[in-house]
Amino acid sequence: MKILVAVKRVIDYNVQIRVKEDNSGVVTENVKMSTNPPDDNAIEEAVKIKESGKAKEIVAVTIGEDKAQETVRKALAVGADRGIHVKVDGLVEPLAVSKILKNIVEKEKPDLVFMGKQAIDDDCNQTGQMLSALLKWPQATFASKIEVKEKTLEVTREVDEGLETIEVNVPAIITCDLRLNEPRYASLPNIMKAKKKPLELINATDLGIDTKPRIEQIKVEEPPKRKAGIKVANVAELVNKLKNEAKVI
Amino acid sequence: MSVLLIAEHNNKDLKPFTLNVISAASQMNNDVHVLLMGHNSDTVAKSISEVSGVKKVIQVDNPIYENYLAENYVPVILKNSENYSHIVSAANTFGKNLMPRVAANLDVSQVSDIIKVIEPDTFLRPIYAGNAFATVKSNDEIKCVTVRPTSFEPAPSTGGSAEIVKADAAEEFSLTKFIKKEEVKSDRPELGTARIVVSGGRGLQSGENFKLITAVADKLNAAIGASRAAVDAGYITNDHQVGQTGKVVVPDLYIAVGISGAIQHLAGMKESRVIVAINKDGEAPIFSIADYGLEADLFEALPQFLEELNKLNTIQK
Repeated sequence: MKILVAVKRVIDYNVQIRVKEDNSGVVTENVKMSTNPPDDNAIEEAVKIKESGKAKEIVAVTIGEDKAQETVRKALAVGADRGIHVKVDGLVEPLAVSKILKNIVEKEKPDLVFMGKQAIDDDCNQTGQMLSALLKWPQATFASKIEVKEKTLEVTREVDEGLETIEVNVPAIITCDLRLNEPRYASLPNIMKAKKKPLELINATDLGIDTKPRIEQIKVEEPPKRKAGIKVANVAELVNKLKNEAKVI
Repeated sequence: MSVLLIAEHNNKDLKPFTLNVISAASQMNNDVHVLLMGHNSDTVAKSISEVSGVKKVIQVDNPIYENYLAENYVPVILKNSENYSHIVSAANTFGKNLMPRVAANLDVSQVSDIIKVIEPDTFLRPIYAGNAFATVKSNDEIKCVTVRPTSFEPAPSTGGSAEIVKADAAEEFSLTKFIKKEEVKSDRPELGTARIVVSGGRGLQSGENFKLITAVADKLNAAIGASRAAVDAGYITNDHQVGQTGKVVVPDLYIAVGISGAIQHLAGMKESRVIVAINKDGEAPIFSIADYGLEADLFEALPQFLEELNKLNTIQK
């Protein structure tokens, strides 16, 4: 089997987000960037499947500006064999991302496509589902457990009511939950080795796909702040406040 | 032009969040039609037809819709999507799984997880785990929108008398099969809609110690929540997780016990009306958003809290 893993470069999850003064977006200059956390789970799962002997090749793909390449290099350092960087400047919506990925899938012909269930920047949670719609493939979203069988996968999905299990025929799209696995760290020797792995650069404009955003972002603001609360001295005071001041119990 | 809303149900009952989405949909256009796909789902169709604000119920009843699979729902939605300005569902695991598959088929850029309808084409939505709010305008002819249910009041479940129209099934998608759903059954209020939520974090130290949380929740008739750290540590099942990647809750009272307050947890609860934090680390970030903070060892504070609650004559249900 061949697995394609899509990864996205986002503001690191530990960074305190700041909104730009002109309300045009959030500050990304001089801010630590990382791989979108559930995308790390996607790479890890692909590497585990390869280690079990059920996959032969892992290709990592990212879409974004020049620096997005770092995200592919990181995927190569934890076990992907080849990388693809589709260069696009500016914001790319999930619909355009899924059209680019469809193009890559048609060229690479993977059996499985893995990615995180949601990017922690735009919080859209769309790309995997959109890609599977465009390819007319099965979709297994929010995967927390994957069992690879002969021509199918059994996938346990995290849903609001608990857990759901579905079976999807290969080829399929899987979007990964944070609980799927524990992503490994890249060792220094592997980081060095990753620098020599092949990384193909493609310009999105050469693919003939319109990546202009369809949705107008009118403004980005800070959310309303909660007013500062108080510290109570003991449990009795807490219960008294809840009963008589907040009137919630 | 009208709004087409996709109902979430289990063939017996309509999921309550559908009512909140109906409210949001009515703000986009007051001609709200609800599409119900299910099997032996007549009682659900009837209850939707009675919801205030619903003008028409389109019912598709077929064994292939007994269990929800996006791959089977989407062709029905596409068949019925003509003449609608909006297609809408809840931004929970049901709608998140479904709507992008609809949008991509229609070549529409979806607007996810809206918390306010500003104009029929302009919405407010949180980004970066709620650390910023974006105002966005959709210029697509059809708007595909998912709605954060807790940001809208539920539509009254009575007062409507919509007609129920039957429609045909679409072709089955044979490459995906439903196997099973393991639902966690509970007599407690549901986490997403409870008036009070008591949540535990890593500070609980074990699953066994969650009984302290359970006792307080029992007394307050509250739902039980948890941080991702507590779920990952195996103290409690994932359906209790509150946060960016779990559930978003907006109760009247949220009590966070032994939860430090990681950004991703705050994203799921900071819109609660009143927030209480109990934590022995006075510097924990949770205190910066708590209305009432108690710096204390939870293993002493929780039993005392229960004792004080028992002294009260009345507790609101």
